[in-house]
Amino acid sequence: MWNRRTLLKTAALGALAPAPPALAQATPGVTATDIKIGNTMPYSGPASAYGVEGTALAAFFRMINARGGINGRKVTFISLDDGYSPPRTLEQTRKLVEEEGVAFLFQGLGTPTQTAVRPYLNANSVPQLFVGSPADKWADPEHYPWTIGFNPSYRTESAIYGRYILQTKPDARIGVLYQNDDFGKDFLIGLKQGIGEAHAAMLIKEVSYEPTDPTIDSQIVTLQSAGVDVVVTAAIPKFAAQAIRKLAELDWKPLHILASVSTSLTVLEQAGPASAAGLISARFVKDNTDPQWASDPGMNEWRAFMKTYLPNADSTDLNYVWPYAPCVAVTQVLRQCGSDLSRRNIMRQAANLHDLPAATLLPGITVSTGPANYRPIRAMRMQRFNGQRWELFGSLISS
Amino acid sequence: MIAGRASLLAGAAVLLAPLFLFTGYHLFELTLTVATALAILGLDLVTGHTGQISLGHGAFYAIGAYVTAILMADCGVPYWATPPASALVSAATGFAIGLPALRLRGHYLALTTFALAVALPQILKYRGLEGLTGGVQGVVLVQPGPPFGLPLTPDQWLYLFSLAVAAPLFLLVRNLTRGRIGLAMVAARDHPLAAEAMGIDLAWLKTGAFAISAMITGIAGSLGAIAVQFVAPDSFPPLLSIFLFVGLVVGGIGSAAGAVIGALFVQFVPDLAEQVSKAAPGAVYGIALIAVLYLMPQGAAGALASLPQLRRRGALAAARGESPSRGGTGHVE
Repeated sequence: MWNRRTLLKTAALGALAPAPPALAQATPGVTATDIKIGNTMPYSGPASAYGVEGTALAAFFRMINARGGINGRKVTFISLDDGYSPPRTLEQTRKLVEEEGVAFLFQGLGTPTQTAVRPYLNANSVPQLFVGSPADKWADPEHYPWTIGFNPSYRTESAIYGRYILQTKPDARIGVLYQNDDFGKDFLIGLKQGIGEAHAAMLIKEVSYEPTDPTIDSQIVTLQSAGVDVVVTAAIPKFAAQAIRKLAELDWKPLHILASVSTSLTVLEQAGPASAAGLISARFVKDNTDPQWASDPGMNEWRAFMKTYLPNADSTDLNYVWPYAPCVAVTQVLRQCGSDLSRRNIMRQAANLHDLPAATLLPGITVSTGPANYRPIRAMRMQRFNGQRWELFGSLISS
Repeated sequence: MIAGRASLLAGAAVLLAPLFLFTGYHLFELTLTVATALAILGLDLVTGHTGQISLGHGAFYAIGAYVTAILMADCGVPYWATPPASALVSAATGFAIGLPALRLRGHYLALTTFALAVALPQILKYRGLEGLTGGVQGVVLVQPGPPFGLPLTPDQWLYLFSLAVAAPLFLLVRNLTRGRIGLAMVAARDHPLAAEAMGIDLAWLKTGAFAISAMITGIAGSLGAIAVQFVAPDSFPPLLSIFLFVGLVVGGIGSAAGAVIGALFVQFVPDLAEQVSKAAPGAVYGIALIAVLYLMPQGAAGALASLPQLRRRGALAAARGESPSRGGTGHVE
């Protein structure tokens, strides 16, 4: 209420003074009744499975508009196909900025694709909000002040594992199996950060594999013969399943921590649920297939949204859950902007979120940013696989 | 001669008009179109003129792009000096691959080159090369601005620069295909046995054509990298080679104008398809492709070239009282 009164006062002043209305018009894509938001998604091409995230984003803004918009402005959400091809992402992003005249870009999906547009958007001072990629590079306000990520990065996640090991097993002899690419390497860096330099000696063995390798059996044997008692596996689903099977085959039972990208039930079923029992991982969003959220008020909110705005969508697909929290965040950003929807202020407010809750985030996990904190979600919760499903345990751990 | 000069002037006017007609984003698209046209021109030399199907020219495009990116990012070479280096490396690669591969015929060559297109993105991610290629992360470049304080935007300048690089190469291909070598290539395509009997060294001819073809496509990749300012393995999926092939066939095999029309198709039809249907842009693209192939079996350039012929035949047929039903089909070159 206080806000609205201030707003009215400002508006009244604005009517008297000639300057402020011109200011409101200065941002492309912003009118008195409308704000245009741009986005690129792989609706076609190798990553088209993620394309449904675009339909979830569009549905969210339909809901916002049905409720009267944000500060009286309706959202026009324009999402274009980039086929997961970086040159095409640049084309489409430039089209959105230069032709469609969007105020900013939101939730563009993919690491290589968003890397290709980051210099352009930063050179032109166009906000690139809540990038849809778990790379750590989006948190670089010094060099790219107009770009901010959203989900915990691989580095954040593995730092959390490092913390967890330090807290629960300070005498651990850690071995890491990682994929030799940006995912695996980010993961390794994070783990070392989480353990801290003082305990660097706890990490006794690092082995890597190439995504093109047929198996990782020899790497597992190497870890075993090095005397490891905590295995951290940063692998994509195929190799994660192999690792779980190999550990069972060797009848070797170290504490096994698995990167969250490979924790879907289908992966564990491939590996054999009995062999997977006892696995540990971390997560930050609720899973609609998990019975513990069957009557959760947050997930009820999400399910009501799905029922009204995406009635025919497959609600077991996690790709419909991911976009909800960044949508809540961007709505809050625009609300905080008030009447100043300049790109500078949009970016300032994106870096000015404080403990913002979102229905799909696990209890206790919130969105917080600051001028020097471009990692909106830094906490996760640990979970253990009981042979049938994942069970959360312990309190929140921050990176 | 005068007509030739007039058409040259008209051509230059058409190419330069976008500088004044379009703003940044559209010029950027046209710059990419120039690069694609050049890539298709390179492919045409092998597929159109020499009759060897290559489904791997995206790999040469990628090699050209990466050479430029590595030289710019790691060695501080200015962007304008990089296309010759890209040309050398892709020509050498083309030669090395052409030597054994061109002894294969027809589908076997198509599959071998396709294997190259499939393998290259993974090779670019290879650990041993990561210091150079940046692995999956790719290489980010700095966009070049206009030199000598010219009053141009970077987009205008890059468009001009790409035209300036592409134009001599179009001329080179034109002269090459119209001369003795061009005849030899056509002979090798249409009747290899007879060509060999005439004293043409088929293996050398094909390998040479393949190397020049790879060189031109590599230069195209270099222009593409300079325009996009970013290279990554995901920028050059195997599908890129297929798209170049589509552009070649749609534009018209064996024609420089066809390369340009094909590039326009590759560049703009996906956008149009997306405007028609966001749910299934691929299906719309496919239908457009089938329609073009059905209506213009010789490609757009072939259809254009046969227009005057069609009219002439129509007039002749009218004089003889026949219908001009077979107008413009048997046309290849």
